Amino acid sequence: MAAAPKRPFRWHIGVFLAPAVLVYTAIMILPLAGTLQLSLFRNIDQAQVFVGLANFRTLFGDPNWSLGFWNALRNNVWFFIIHMLVQNPIGVLLAALLSSPRLRFSAFYRTAIFVPTILSFVIVGFAWKLILSPLWGVAPNLMDLVGLKSLFTPWLGKEQYALTTLSLISVWQFVGIPMMLIYAALLSIPEEVIEAAECDGITGMSQFWKIKLPLILPSIGIISILTFVGNFNAFDLIYTAQGALAGPNYSTDILGTFLYRAFFGFQLQIGDPNMGAAIATMMFLIILGGVCVYLFLVQTRLRRYQF
Amino acid sequence: MTTKLLTALLLGTSILGSAGMAYAQDVTLNIESWRGDDLAIWKDKLIPAFEAKNPGIKVVFAPSAPTEYDAALGAKLAAGSAGDLITCRPFDKSLELFKKGNLADISTLPGMENFSDVAKSAWQTDDGKATFCVPMASVIHGFIYNKDAFDQLGIKVPTTNEEFYAALDKIKADGTYIPMAMGTKDLWEAATMGYQNIGPNYWKGEEGRAALIKGEQKLTDPQWVAPFAELAKWKPYLGDGFEAQTYPDSQNLFTLGRAAIYPAGSWEIGLFNTQAQFKMGAFPPPVQKAGDTCYISDHTDIGMGLNAASKNADAAKTFLSWVASSDFATIYANALPGFFSLNNTPVKMEDPLAQEFVSWRDKCKSTIRSTYQILGRGTPNLENETWVESANVINGTDTPEAAAKKLQDGLDSWYKPAK
Repeated sequence: MAAAPKRPFRWHIGVFLAPAVLVYTAIMILPLAGTLQLSLFRNIDQAQVFVGLANFRTLFGDPNWSLGFWNALRNNVWFFIIHMLVQNPIGVLLAALLSSPRLRFSAFYRTAIFVPTILSFVIVGFAWKLILSPLWGVAPNLMDLVGLKSLFTPWLGKEQYALTTLSLISVWQFVGIPMMLIYAALLSIPEEVIEAAECDGITGMSQFWKIKLPLILPSIGIISILTFVGNFNAFDLIYTAQGALAGPNYSTDILGTFLYRAFFGFQLQIGDPNMGAAIATMMFLIILGGVCVYLFLVQTRLRRYQF
Repeated sequence: MTTKLLTALLLGTSILGSAGMAYAQDVTLNIESWRGDDLAIWKDKLIPAFEAKNPGIKVVFAPSAPTEYDAALGAKLAAGSAGDLITCRPFDKSLELFKKGNLADISTLPGMENFSDVAKSAWQTDDGKATFCVPMASVIHGFIYNKDAFDQLGIKVPTTNEEFYAALDKIKADGTYIPMAMGTKDLWEAATMGYQNIGPNYWKGEEGRAALIKGEQKLTDPQWVAPFAELAKWKPYLGDGFEAQTYPDSQNLFTLGRAAIYPAGSWEIGLFNTQAQFKMGAFPPPVQKAGDTCYISDHTDIGMGLNAASKNADAAKTFLSWVASSDFATIYANALPGFFSLNNTPVKMEDPLAQEFVSWRDKCKSTIRSTYQILGRGTPNLENETWVESANVINGTDTPEAAAKKLQDGLDSWYKPAK
């Protein structure tokens, strides 16, 4: 019996993978490694000196840094909670309404709700700043028309409201994404399943809760994790609406703006790339941790249905 | 045919080439700057004026975008391709360049004697021994007011605190105008147009600023807390929703004639002149009691230095001496009303509002913003914290004492004054 012919080395696999691997390495992995490395160094007398974890000790040990960090993290968590509590349920609701066969003009609604998502942060920040402006904004006038003028306050300028207001602006902008994903998931539920449910007498609301919701849970999981990553990387909206100091009194400071001030400096504060990299590393670890929790604890328990 | 054309072309280039050689004796100086806005003024007014007096020296003004300037300049200096003349940011950014050896020491440059010590402080080493940039311009703080509104309500220009609040009360009672156009949304308005504007009258300008740097005074001392206490009193005179009012909002409120008083920096003059449809006047920050010495913030903003690696150092020095002269000052100050020459020789300016601002230099003592020199270095940054705390004080979320304590604590954490 002849020996099995030696299989030739499959070069094409490497060739096909190379572009993606190279590009990903160059624009993602190297900068990430560079950031992690930068966080272990410190600029002493114009030279980069290896200092181990000293930057992290400063970040957590020195109250000037740690108070800012915890404040930013707390604000970021609140930012995320608002998105989870408002954006995603509304997204699911809108998708459920859109997928209803009796709704007219659903294509129009779908587009209209999705449009803010493709707008630039700069436009969104500027437009909402104007809408909510106590001087020229339409918000005070509109509220006056319905007799609610007394409820109007300069939300973006008040410590207790500013962050929530910005979170809701962000929700307004991004509610289209969960809506689209859930909408797609709802459309992919086969007719047979729905028909079977109807034969069993499950219709209307209970059909949504008992049949459709379990089937779109994996999509909701994906949306949650996208929201989590997006929120903890957020920066643009706060920067455009409130500036790099994230006023008033740092009440809208999130990790992104905190990182920006540390890394690039602001006004007279001179940028410190090493401390900035330390903060960026913490953000990376927080996001990594969140994603791991999701992957290992949530994703594995989600039931998948094969049709 | 083609051969002929080629010959002609070659001939042409050789002539052009030799023409270029004839000009090569001329020295060309390049100016690095972030003031792209001033390009026309340099090209049409300043450079021709200099070249007319100094044949043989050509000057090219080559600005880059303000946000890119520092990084671009750093890269060019490192690569050795930076221009001969460098526009200097005030304080630490330029000091750092000097320490790296990028800026030459020009303490002995002819013309430097035209500037006071305060004017030079922005471009000196901490000990004041070496100066590395020629001061070009400063901005002065004060209040711009709507003259028509003041006349209509019969208000005299206030000189003391008492008169100031009386005027504000009167405007508020009348109700036609918002007494004061200022917001706290952008934070820096509260600090720069508020705290640094009125503060020098309390901490006695340079005296207090120097004592703070030496560590003899603290931000929690009464003279440093008092300006915060005044700011806290401004709250009722600001417009509805001032917490969300941005800097452009304030400018528009005033130029649209809806507000009577605008806590200002002189750089507003150019814009306000083109936008406001009413007569404007200006008054310096009111003093505590009639007869008190007044102090103004006359903040150094822009200067020009010599690239230490310049191959045309002599020509560049000639240019810098001209920048230090009153000729330059006259052209510059008139082209950019509100950016005042720091030259000791008074400059004749056409703009009445600019004249009013600059006239305070004669009767009041000048100082610069307290949080810039030396104290503007560390983390937490005193200047940035002052923005936040000034806004907090006006918003009423911090008491003046608490704000001052936070600033001092932050400063103490990194600043150890030399004993």
